[in-house]
Amino acid sequence: MAELITMPKLGFDMAEGTLVRWVKVVGDEVNKGDVIAEIETDKATVEVESSVSGVMVKLVVDEGTTLPVNAPIAVVAQKGEEPSEEELKALVGEEGGEKSKKKAKKEEKPAKKGQESKKEEEPEAKEEEADITPAGGVRSSPLARRMAEDHDIPLQKIDGSGPRGRIVKKDIEEFLEKGPEPEVSKSERQVSLPAFAMGEIPEDQVVEMSRLRQAIGRRMQDSNQNFPHFYITRAFKTGALLKLRKELNELLPEEDKLSVNDFIIKAVALALRQYPNLNAVIEDEKHIRRFGHVNIGVAVAVEGGLLTIVSKDADQKPLRLIAREIREMAGRARDGKVKNEDIEGSTFSISNLGMFGVDNFAAIINPPEAGILAVSTAQDVPMVVNGEVVVGSQMKATLSADHRVTDGAEAAEFMRVLADYLEEPKRLLL
Amino acid sequence: MARITMREAISNALWEEMERDERVFIQGEEVGVWGGTYAVTKGFYDHFGEKRVRDTPIAETAIVGSAIGAAMTGMRPVAELMTINFAFVAMDHIVNEAAKLRYMFGGQFTLPLVIRAVSGGGRQLAATHSQTPDAIFAHFPGLVVVSPGTPADAKGLLKSAIRSDDPVLFIENATLYQTRGEVPDDPEHLEPLGKSKVQREGDDVTIVAYSKMVQSALKAADMLSEDGIEAEVVDLRSLRPLDMDPVIESFKRTNRAVIAEEGWRSYGVGSEVSSRIYELAFDYVDAPVKRVAQAEVPLPYNSELEQLALPKTEDIYRAAKEVLYG
Amino acid sequence: MEKKDALTLFQQMVIIRLLEESAAELYQQGKIGGFLHLYIGQEAVCTGIGSVRQPQDRIITSYRDHGWAISAGLDPKVVMAELLGKVDGCSKGKGGSMHMADVDKNFWGGHAIVGAHLPLASGLALGDVYQGNDDAITICMFGEGATNIGFFHEALNISKVWNLPVLWVCENNKYGMGTVVERASAVSEIRQKAEGYGIANERIEGMDVVDVREHVSRILEKIRKNGGPYLLEIMTYRYRGHSMGDPERYRDKEEVKKWEEQDPIGKFRNYILEQEIATEEELKEKEKEAEKIIKEAVEFAESSPNPAQETLFEDIYVEDFPVEYRGYTLEHESEER
Repeated sequence: MAELITMPKLGFDMAEGTLVRWVKVVGDEVNKGDVIAEIETDKATVEVESSVSGVMVKLVVDEGTTLPVNAPIAVVAQKGEEPSEEELKALVGEEGGEKSKKKAKKEEKPAKKGQESKKEEEPEAKEEEADITPAGGVRSSPLARRMAEDHDIPLQKIDGSGPRGRIVKKDIEEFLEKGPEPEVSKSERQVSLPAFAMGEIPEDQVVEMSRLRQAIGRRMQDSNQNFPHFYITRAFKTGALLKLRKELNELLPEEDKLSVNDFIIKAVALALRQYPNLNAVIEDEKHIRRFGHVNIGVAVAVEGGLLTIVSKDADQKPLRLIAREIREMAGRARDGKVKNEDIEGSTFSISNLGMFGVDNFAAIINPPEAGILAVSTAQDVPMVVNGEVVVGSQMKATLSADHRVTDGAEAAEFMRVLADYLEEPKRLLL
Repeated sequence: MARITMREAISNALWEEMERDERVFIQGEEVGVWGGTYAVTKGFYDHFGEKRVRDTPIAETAIVGSAIGAAMTGMRPVAELMTINFAFVAMDHIVNEAAKLRYMFGGQFTLPLVIRAVSGGGRQLAATHSQTPDAIFAHFPGLVVVSPGTPADAKGLLKSAIRSDDPVLFIENATLYQTRGEVPDDPEHLEPLGKSKVQREGDDVTIVAYSKMVQSALKAADMLSEDGIEAEVVDLRSLRPLDMDPVIESFKRTNRAVIAEEGWRSYGVGSEVSSRIYELAFDYVDAPVKRVAQAEVPLPYNSELEQLALPKTEDIYRAAKEVLYG
Repeated sequence: MEKKDALTLFQQMVIIRLLEESAAELYQQGKIGGFLHLYIGQEAVCTGIGSVRQPQDRIITSYRDHGWAISAGLDPKVVMAELLGKVDGCSKGKGGSMHMADVDKNFWGGHAIVGAHLPLASGLALGDVYQGNDDAITICMFGEGATNIGFFHEALNISKVWNLPVLWVCENNKYGMGTVVERASAVSEIRQKAEGYGIANERIEGMDVVDVREHVSRILEKIRKNGGPYLLEIMTYRYRGHSMGDPERYRDKEEVKKWEEQDPIGKFRNYILEQEIATEEELKEKEKEAEKIIKEAVEFAESSPNPAQETLFEDIYVEDFPVEYRGYTLEHESEER
């Protein structure tokens, strides 16, 4: 039986060694205990002895090779035995082979969320040594925080008597002593309750899906399952936008009045000019087609599903024209009289659920487009300006993008550029 | 009950245990003929004889090492290190042999030995004779490390240590030898190893201490009481195993703690106790835990400088006021 | 010498030799970890002393302890299992190569810190004196390298001051790790150091098991009669490096070869044959048996299970203290309370 000789472990922390010199070569007679090679570890050069007697039939590696412990280095066969190439290969291959170090392929995905302050109005963070204001802007001991939570007191209402304004137990205690807890304001929304009648429980109802619904279903399933979506959300300050819209609408006739979505269509179209990968389609395995036109598709709810009406060359058109066209196409769509050119040629889509009080959502890309922007409601929220908490208007939008044509950094930059347009909407007029 | 000094309490414990069990013997420098450099074993040599009260050469590894060897044969030696500063000479035998032999040999034998050592400064003995390195020994699994703060605990803990089958480092404090306290007469009164004890009750602030600092903490508590603040003093008594239950129970009521030790602050007992407070009672923390400890200097000979470096009752008092934001 | 005794001694030395060679292979296969210090070449010393000590005599030695374990009476199976760190090892897998022990056989280990077991040896003897075990002698082995460390001084001194019955055995194999004795020790005749403590001493050659037995028997009797410590320097040689991975740059091959000509096993074999105590066949049979014993020991060790995870926390304390587990106690999980 041929015996495999392996790289021996010659020290308690040895992981690999270098075979620096063969002392026995193929054909040499080997006695148990004979030195067959010299091995260099990072500590010393050591001689390796054979643990069997016989004839050297194979030197597995060349001089100068570095191998891990237990890797095969030679084969000694019995005298007279002549193992075949296959047998040798099997012996060496089965019991070892270098362990390849697989380097984990790192995909570069530095998601730069829009933290950069490029606006003059955004405050510069003042950082004093060890005086960084903790999250929420309030210092409090863990105990005080828990007590405040238990009694439903917002910490902002309490003055801290501890060092650097820390709220401590006695501050909470004093606050509680002072007066009754403030009433929680009732919700202003009127909730109209549906008619209620206890009576017969109806049977299950099987409803046929409209062809539109079925088509949407197929396309969305295809898109969601087969294309690598990723999502980037950004909050846009909409104060300036709403103000400008109000001013402009005072000058416009009814059929041209601008909706917030029209501004968004224009802004997205202009931004896409700078990020053509998002205005593209996969041509084949190795190519994408960046479209020459920027045609923004807008999802419109119709009976039985959705239709995407298309604002062609939205980057070229003035806002009022975008508004007029969308108004007309949407009308045709709801009346069931949509024209082919209304719904064809979209290169990028927008889905706007802003009228439904939605905080944020992500849409599924309309294949074969590269992206879709999901726009949510503009709401008054507390925000930080110059270190102060103030009330402002904000709208969140989420970009769903196809990772085959773009990546996080690019998509995030697109969102930033979009923010430039939406937060300084005068740019849309130029 | 008798009101006796800590020295007497320790001496009594040794005497009673030697009477009770023939396997108990004492060895160390000057423990026999001299009667012990702190007079703890005065009279022992005449009564028990040279076989059981063994004067040794100045050779700490032989003192501790041969005690370990004798313990391996089933004897129950009490080895004395004149001061804990000399423990470093026998460091290998304390932390490599005593702490680990039982474990390394799969539990084939026990090491029922006690190493008594005197810790602490304040007597102008200069840097190498004045250290409180207790925390270093508490670092090692396999050792039991205890340090009493009252005479009653000294007697009860030393008895338990001698009767224990585990190797115990019993740390005394020279300036505490004179302290008087009520000690039960009953020779079977034992105090458990590995258990802390509340020495004074209070609801406003928790003071954790051990050994000499227990006495300082009690005095500080009196001062606080005059200010209308009632402090709870928890005496650790045992550094390893460390019993946090009474500390946490107290902390949950007071929400603030001061830890007092005679050793240096860095890497000391306070580091461990405060860490555990944050781990086990985070939501109850109303102020950061304060550690009262020795200034980070080798202790100087000059008495004013020495006293300046050592932690005092006033330090504990002030630290308690700080954690009360008062 | 009786044939039975001769064959037993012969086989024991062969067992030790084969055990060490086997251990070396297992180490190179990565199955034994840490440090491995082989006793090959020194077999006459442990077999010689082990065969003349009385059951009440205590054996304690350094980390080059596999031979001492066997000669103290441990089964090669539990030695091998301990080398592999398995639960059936003599130290339950918690000690490894350097910490073999079996206190029932009065074998007290197996110690890794150079010289630290010498004060322990004084203590073992102290324990016997204290209890009135007048017949017991503590036999403490150490290398010549250990005679330069402080522990040696304190242990020998106190053994003389207290008149403790310790046979201090210096296995002088010429090299303290990689340092030849002349470079490390003020005097190269180690027995001279005993003079400084007024301890009776002598030096003998250690490659002949018959000689070792004769001298050590004589000395043990002397100690039993007169009491007190004695230092015996035994000249011996290790054929392998200090431990596995030693490149042995500190000595040349010729020296090793010369000592190999004095192989204790070969010497004893020749002695047996020349004195016609036993035949070649009987010796060969003993060798074959030894091979089988070692083979079975390896199989036993390899099939023995690893210690269960809970044993990590066993045998730290006798008393039922809560044991810390990676910063959390096992009994009370570190949930916030």
